[in-house]
Amino acid sequence: MFNIETYNKVQSVSEAVALLAENSQARVLAGGTDVLIRLREGDDSYSQLIDIHDLAELQQVQQLADGEISIGAGVTFSQLMDNRIIQESLPLVAQAAGTVGGPQVRNVATIGGNLCNGAISADSAAALYVLEAVLEIEGVNGVRDLPIGKFYLGPGQVALEHSEVLRAIRIPAVSYRDYGTHYYKYAMRNSMDIATIGCAAACKVKAGCFDTLKIAFTVAAPKPMRALSAEKFAVGQAVTPELINEIAVLVLQDLNPRDSWRASKEFRLHIIKTLARRVIMAAAGVAEA
Amino acid sequence: MTRTISFILNNEPYTLDVDIRLSLLEVLREQGLTSVKQGCGVGECGACTVLIDNIPVDSCMYLALWADGKTIRTVEGESRAGEISPVQRAYIDAGAVQCGYCTPGFIMTSTAFVEKYQGQAVDRELIRREHAGNLCRCTGYETIICAVESCLQEQSS
Repeated sequence: MFNIETYNKVQSVSEAVALLAENSQARVLAGGTDVLIRLREGDDSYSQLIDIHDLAELQQVQQLADGEISIGAGVTFSQLMDNRIIQESLPLVAQAAGTVGGPQVRNVATIGGNLCNGAISADSAAALYVLEAVLEIEGVNGVRDLPIGKFYLGPGQVALEHSEVLRAIRIPAVSYRDYGTHYYKYAMRNSMDIATIGCAAACKVKAGCFDTLKIAFTVAAPKPMRALSAEKFAVGQAVTPELINEIAVLVLQDLNPRDSWRASKEFRLHIIKTLARRVIMAAAGVAEA
Repeated sequence: MTRTISFILNNEPYTLDVDIRLSLLEVLREQGLTSVKQGCGVGECGACTVLIDNIPVDSCMYLALWADGKTIRTVEGESRAGEISPVQRAYIDAGAVQCGYCTPGFIMTSTAFVEKYQGQAVDRELIRREHAGNLCRCTGYETIICAVESCLQEQSS
């Protein structure tokens, strides 16, 4: 039995926002794979719940006329993997979704929950950073847009006001069209594990040179992070193994991995370089094909 | 605090008043469906796997009241006219059952898998991937994968 003190099942996001505004202790419950576990562990800060589970208005994946793709915050990872729009236009998102937990977790866990709990290991984060996703957030004063780069503040901390709810994740066409992408999650096990390091890259290659490179990491700093210096360095240079080796060292300039029981800082630095190489190589391969 | 919910469980309609604090696992076991096991209780072992609208879900971290309007399947409902299901039969034939604690959860995951990939080419890696949310400490998984493979072969032949 979960120690739930108050419970409201809402019929709309605006209802959830109104209830959050009334109760400073209330928390949002979506897929439940984090919140219910914390409750079970006795964390009473989750005992007053506003339930948005199964809310239809959060479960759409849409592609607009200009190509922008909008993913409802309540879409599960399995739904993302099976969605035709995602498979065709955002294979990076499908790839990242497939690395979350195990099948049963992916069947209920939502992409919005993955972002909003602020975990620096969030499997969807690196992909959404390189895709320069825009988060659509509803609050008492209406809806605002926030670039994902400004969403994470630190471990477990995101730029959501107490009464705000993430509605959707939007990816503009310019962020994915003509890009080659790749994601790799390094963890001790292939499933049911938390990333030691996650790395996503997206690039455009023209006449054998990087036209654009975007590369982002999870668990490599106190929040998900793009390696902007390395990205800038790559532009205009010929795609060669030597260049990619150089980029893989440069990414460290923007990152600051920590020691934890999961992995030492030294080991993380090693994985970061290795993944940078491997992921950029794979993304460039897709871009050139 | 209770809520009245209605759902289909193993082909039978149910209407229950459930405490909002209960997991689906707890409610199903209260209904006598003890095939649904609590292993880890945190969504790692899959012993509590049931199918909700034909999708495998860990019932330990699923609120019972979310089952309102859904169709739920557990091992208890898989036999037909006194005959166990093809997946259950395959597990027995492959020797994929040892202590048995994980078996009901595995059977449900395999059942959804076999129904989803009916008639498609499936490699062992995909079977492994899609069963990664169920842990078995006895068999070493090899016999379980063989059981699933044999179900797919039977269907295609």
